Amino acid sequence: MSTPSPVELDEPEVDDLVAPATPWVTIVWNDPVNLMSYVTFVFQKYFGYSKKKSEKLMMEVHNDGKSAVSSGSREEMERDVQAMHEYGLWATLEKQD
Amino acid sequence: MGGFSYHRRSKQIIATFSGFEADLLRSLASQLVELLRNEVAAPAESDDPLEALLDFSGPTTEPEDPVLKRLFPSAYGDDAEAAGEFRRFTEGGLRDGKARAASTIIDSLEEAGLPPELDEDGLVIDVELSIGDAEAWMRSFTDIRLALATRLGVEEGDEDFWDSLPENDPAGQVYGIYQWVGILQETIVESLVAAS
Repeated sequence: MSTPSPVELDEPEVDDLVAPATPWVTIVWNDPVNLMSYVTFVFQKYFGYSKKKSEKLMMEVHNDGKSAVSSGSREEMERDVQAMHEYGLWATLEKQD
Repeated sequence: MGGFSYHRRSKQIIATFSGFEADLLRSLASQLVELLRNEVAAPAESDDPLEALLDFSGPTTEPEDPVLKRLFPSAYGDDAEAAGEFRRFTEGGLRDGKARAASTIIDSLEEAGLPPELDEDGLVIDVELSIGDAEAWMRSFTDIRLALATRLGVEEGDEDFWDSLPENDPAGQVYGIYQWVGILQETIVESLVAAS
């Protein structure tokens, strides 16, 4: 039996590891075309949100002009934005404040 | 014009259209396919001719056409470079997906008996969609409505303006089609909710 000899690794810089866990958000913007029922359906279907949560987010889009509908890594948010564009919703991603 | 409903026994989402209505939907879906394929998703211009020729991965700049601009909006509001990279990797696939969904409308209508040229009166088209096909119709109805609304210049809360147009105004007629597709879409959403 042998044990693998330990490999010398540089200690990672601690600063790199303390970035916030969910620094990016997907924003859906209001538009005059998309139906309220459709937007709610998309949030339920794609994000798996409850009907209540989906309706709340849809009403935020409708009343406030936009809503942050998901958060996560930049790659995850790019996937979400792409999916929203597939559904014809106007979505962007940005760094969380 | 009752729109779509969920048929529990067959687990299909069904609707009945007149030949005229089916032909109109096919025409709208065909125009969308043409638009998606027409303006080539060309890569951004580059100073290096070799690099430009080798870069066939996707566009990095916004489409010229306002409809395409709305269908493929910028993903980053204030970062043109990141937006260009996102577009390069996503726009081609998004175009294909939207063209496929529009083709599903055309195929469903023709499978249901819509002839290549509509030349008979009294034709009735019974459409029976699987859940997956109904979702494709629903998504494509969004694209069709976004296209019509962009061409018309529809804005939030302007219903009174459109309703005030005289009956023979072409813009008013197109707005009527836009509203009709909206009603159809609403009934597909309701049917999909009933099916889930």
